Amino acid sequence: MRLAITGLQVSFGDRRVVDVDELHVGAAEIVGLAGESGSGKSMTTLAVLGLAHTVGATVRGSITLDGAELTGLSQRELREVRGRRIAAIFQSPATAFSPVFRVGSVMHRALRLHGMSKSEAAEAASRAMRQVLLSPGLLDRYPAQLSGGQLQRVAIAIALALRAEVLLADEPTSALDVTVQAEVLEVLRELRDSGGMSVLFISHDLAVVAELCDRVAIMREGRIVEQGPAARVLSAPADPYTADLLAAVPVIGAEAAP
Amino acid sequence: MTPADGERQVSPTPGGPAGSPLLDISDLAVRFGPVRAVDGVSLQLPAGPCGLGLVGESGSGKTTIGRAALRLVRTSGGVVRFDGKDIAGLRGRALQDYRRAAQIVFQDPDGVLDPRMRIGATIAEALVAHRLAGRRAAGAQARALLAEVGLDPAFAARYPHQLSGGQRQRMSIARALSVRPRLLVLDEPTSALDVRAQAAILALVGRLRAQRNLAYLLITHNLAIVSELCEQTAVLYLGRVAESGPTGALLGRPAHPYTRALRSAVPELGSTRAARVVLPGDPPDAANPPPGCVFHPRCPLAVDRCLAEVPVLRTVAPGRLAACHRAEEVLATSSASPGPARASTAEGSPPGSTAAAPPA
Repeated sequence: MRLAITGLQVSFGDRRVVDVDELHVGAAEIVGLAGESGSGKSMTTLAVLGLAHTVGATVRGSITLDGAELTGLSQRELREVRGRRIAAIFQSPATAFSPVFRVGSVMHRALRLHGMSKSEAAEAASRAMRQVLLSPGLLDRYPAQLSGGQLQRVAIAIALALRAEVLLADEPTSALDVTVQAEVLEVLRELRDSGGMSVLFISHDLAVVAELCDRVAIMREGRIVEQGPAARVLSAPADPYTADLLAAVPVIGAEAAP
Repeated sequence: MTPADGERQVSPTPGGPAGSPLLDISDLAVRFGPVRAVDGVSLQLPAGPCGLGLVGESGSGKTTIGRAALRLVRTSGGVVRFDGKDIAGLRGRALQDYRRAAQIVFQDPDGVLDPRMRIGATIAEALVAHRLAGRRAAGAQARALLAEVGLDPAFAARYPHQLSGGQRQRMSIARALSVRPRLLVLDEPTSALDVRAQAAILALVGRLRAQRNLAYLLITHNLAIVSELCEQTAVLYLGRVAESGPTGALLGRPAHPYTRALRSAVPELGSTRAARVVLPGDPPDAANPPPGCVFHPRCPLAVDRCLAEVPVLRTVAPGRLAACHRAEEVLATSSASPGPARASTAEGSPPGSTAAAPPA
């Protein structure tokens, strides 16, 4: 298992917001973590990134990457992992990029920080941009000069250039147009298939999860109520809550004019 | 599915000539500097209950059309008529009446709700401002409105932050309804919501349209939503109508390659990806639209004619308008359901073949 979460508990004081017995992501696997706002999906992401304390939460339990325990590492040790081996992309790529730096300079700095030489960084950046179907020329632009979908792909390219093993994708397409979303999903699929990347894909959109994910875990009030192969869970849910969520997905072709 | 034309006869618009649309947008143009945000759009919305969906990507002009219908942006061409009257000419009392009769619900209710005002007071404020109720009666009406949108009337005493996103959106609908509008502009009303909250809001709109005799413009990028709530849909691309028609027919058998691509990009439960038409690149710069058909740089079916000649929006089948030189072929090759299975294999360019090309 690339990423394994066992007995994870995230709490704000006495209030436990995440209580996950087991969740794991294998090599070259996309696992969906689906649920509503407040179900604890994003707190789980923060815990994996070792950032839960920054919002005042305490974390107990085990999070391992290739068998090595991450909880309990110092922030300095975590920095080796976070961003490098475990990368993250978020719903709003615009907030992930400083508006005053060219996106290439942001990427360059990340690569240099993780030990690449100038020429290695330049080459890795161009290669990663092509992998996400963007022209390396876009690296000279400022975030405001790129569309949301392009920016999200640049964020993915940074993870790629760093050869991240696990990508945490927290609602990465929720703010995007459906056509752009389709492109980003295609890029993620490609990374799994040819790059062997492992992805924890957090979303409230079960239709997207159905299309993209190999396995899915359904989260409610901090707990995973059901998990299994996406095709099985989403076609024959065992938990009534999963069934509820599925019933709420709007469907094209439903009778117009209610 | 009820054809929108059927509704016109049953509910002629008071004040306007019988049978004329409640909202009539004709050749509308809106420019922001060099950007043609809306470029010659004509749309009609009959009196309620009925819905017209405006769908398209970011920058397609859908939101600007909604704003223009409410006289919230300065237009640079065309006419918007409400009840047969040009809204640009409304003054004084007539303008006030229009402001009451046409309401908007935004994607983000937090931008509308004053965080320091209790919910009951926020709703009552609109009633009082439009002299529909005195202060005391307005409070009672506010509670009744909360019940109507499925909220506990006791919420009147709460502040917006004490409500969930879905509840706040219900509340902003209650506020819009308070002044008894005949036209609602719903601008991405569920995009910020979870799937279950979204389903609840959609059901609410479906119920209210009948009870309130509402006509609405529903602006969204989500085709499933127009499919559930709108009789008619217009697909917008770069400020123009690419295609319009009855929603079921339009989504079931698109006549424009752009509609087909949009339709196939929608993730669906149980769908297969084999049928996907991948659109290369992003929409072009509206300040510098490409010559010929504005869609041609991304169109898998573009031929020489499309590079040179702007396609006019024309009738391509009963009730169906499309701005495409090859609309008949598209219609003929669009499978009825579930998706455009033949599009990518028979005629499309290899997916992603030109996707690396950055916009010029």
